[in-house]
Amino acid sequence: MDNRMQIKGKVFKFGDSISTDHIAPGRLFHLRTNLPELAKHVLEDADTEFAQNVQPGDFVVAGKNFGLGSSREHAPTIIKIAGVGAVLAQSFARIFYRNAINVGLPVLICDTTQIDRGDELEVDVGKGEIRNVTKGITIQAKPLPDVMIKILNDGGLLEHFRKHGGFALDA
Amino acid sequence: MERSRTRLVSKTIVEKILSEHSGLDAYAGDIVVADIDAALVQDGTGPLAVQQLQKLGMEQAANPERTVLFIDHAAPSPRKELSNAHKILRDFAAKTGAILSEVDEGVCHQRMVEDYMNPGEVLIGADSHTCTAGALGAFATGMGSTDVAIGIASGKTWLRVPETIKVYVTGEFKKGVYPKDLMLHFIGMIGADGATYQSIEFCGPTIDAMDMSGRFTLANMAVEAGAKAGLFKTDETTKKYLEERGRGDRWREIAADADATYERVVEIDVTDLEPTISCPHTVDNTKTISEVVGTKVDQVFIGTCTNGRIEDLRIAAQILAGKSRNPNTRLLVCPASKEVYLQAIEEGILAKLASAGAAIINPGCGACVGVHGGILGDGEVCLATQNRNFQGRMGNTEAFIYLSSPAVAAATALEGVIADPRKYL
Repeated sequence: MDNRMQIKGKVFKFGDSISTDHIAPGRLFHLRTNLPELAKHVLEDADTEFAQNVQPGDFVVAGKNFGLGSSREHAPTIIKIAGVGAVLAQSFARIFYRNAINVGLPVLICDTTQIDRGDELEVDVGKGEIRNVTKGITIQAKPLPDVMIKILNDGGLLEHFRKHGGFALDA
Repeated sequence: MERSRTRLVSKTIVEKILSEHSGLDAYAGDIVVADIDAALVQDGTGPLAVQQLQKLGMEQAANPERTVLFIDHAAPSPRKELSNAHKILRDFAAKTGAILSEVDEGVCHQRMVEDYMNPGEVLIGADSHTCTAGALGAFATGMGSTDVAIGIASGKTWLRVPETIKVYVTGEFKKGVYPKDLMLHFIGMIGADGATYQSIEFCGPTIDAMDMSGRFTLANMAVEAGAKAGLFKTDETTKKYLEERGRGDRWREIAADADATYERVVEIDVTDLEPTISCPHTVDNTKTISEVVGTKVDQVFIGTCTNGRIEDLRIAAQILAGKSRNPNTRLLVCPASKEVYLQAIEEGILAKLASAGAAIINPGCGACVGVHGGILGDGEVCLATQNRNFQGRMGNTEAFIYLSSPAVAAATALEGVIADPRKYL
């Protein structure tokens, strides 16, 4: 995965405080060792039709504190398996943010108030540039920390560790 | 925050611990690769961690005697998929020498402080409430399965040294008001994202006078304010706790420097604090008891890593002894660990609670995660002593969860509606 990549897709909009229980609920705990099956239920408790309607490259766009709660890495993993190109939110909970980068799911912090459900976006992950094609505006995301760009460019933490034989996070 | 590095000498607790563990002179904002002293996974996150190590060809534990795999979230297993997930952890333990904490032993965070963690150490855990061990003056933080997997195999992790919010607490708790009320009040005040990416240091005379059980409750819920860790300095109370567990020699002084740099200071006086409740569906949606008294409750749940300790069960028993729960409200009690469970048996607490109409659940996470042991029905209301009330948390998106202290929970079990415990104390 390359962080300079361009992603194009449609928006699925969510509100504030989307928790890991919304994304990968505890009642589906038994599916955690079957991620493709768990991914069929991704975000089900926030939008029952999301998993059926999402197309590869589409975006999850949310308000504040996306991914709060549990440390379950299954949450960003199944968002990625569902084909989501990137998650855009005004802010992320810490563990979700780190997990997303570790599993190679781009996450961008930006003003999402001018993005609505169904809008078409073009996102340049490396530049943090979000073009809202539907509304004809461009939104700038906060740049990812250097460490996270390194991990994301390597394709996630596992690949980073494999490639370098350890942590290689120095500038 | 821009800092002039050369002039900095004073450090917060987290800056000290992460400097020691990285060999760097580290301050907030720095990225460090730190040695870890201990690591934990549980049955919801551990199987994925093991699978990641298998992919990496590194099915190993750098420090097996302090790598602990807990079967607590679905314990004993309620379904075959989870029984198979448990096997992955048992096999990994057998292969690497890592410690397996079985279905009888209790919640990971309570077990870590009882048996494994010491002041000044670094713990990473694949569970968000790993921050509980911060009460012992350790840096303890929750991460995902892959981060912890790599920590287990290599003995290291990368961290951004967090800024610290100092929470300075004064005043004496009035009767019927507890550290849980303080923590819910604090989270309501700063918000569920009020401390995101930062650590919290709890200090002040109220904290100095607080027992370890109360400190664990505060540290446990640091993540509910978005924090990376919740830390305490060590003192005689910490020392006594370790001595009682045969680890008196592991006590050491941990404290921030007097002029350390804080992101901000939050002062709280608990003198007039009232029993506080988090209302559905976020922890920061807090109200004082008088605003919610009378709300009908179908299930009361006392337990978890937040409030399932012996001190919590004693309070519940004090209120419920010789009485009966409301016939329309079921009561579940789940001691946090086997040690707590045995102590509660010895003190006659479980007999009192069972006689009052409690269903006693084996030590573990119990009903908190929505996997087993008390899943809610459509439209039902639960009042629980746990740390989280997100929609769907207890297995049903159509249910409503309130959070409180064990005292409020016990009083509520008696009345069948949210009740003020102070009249029973």
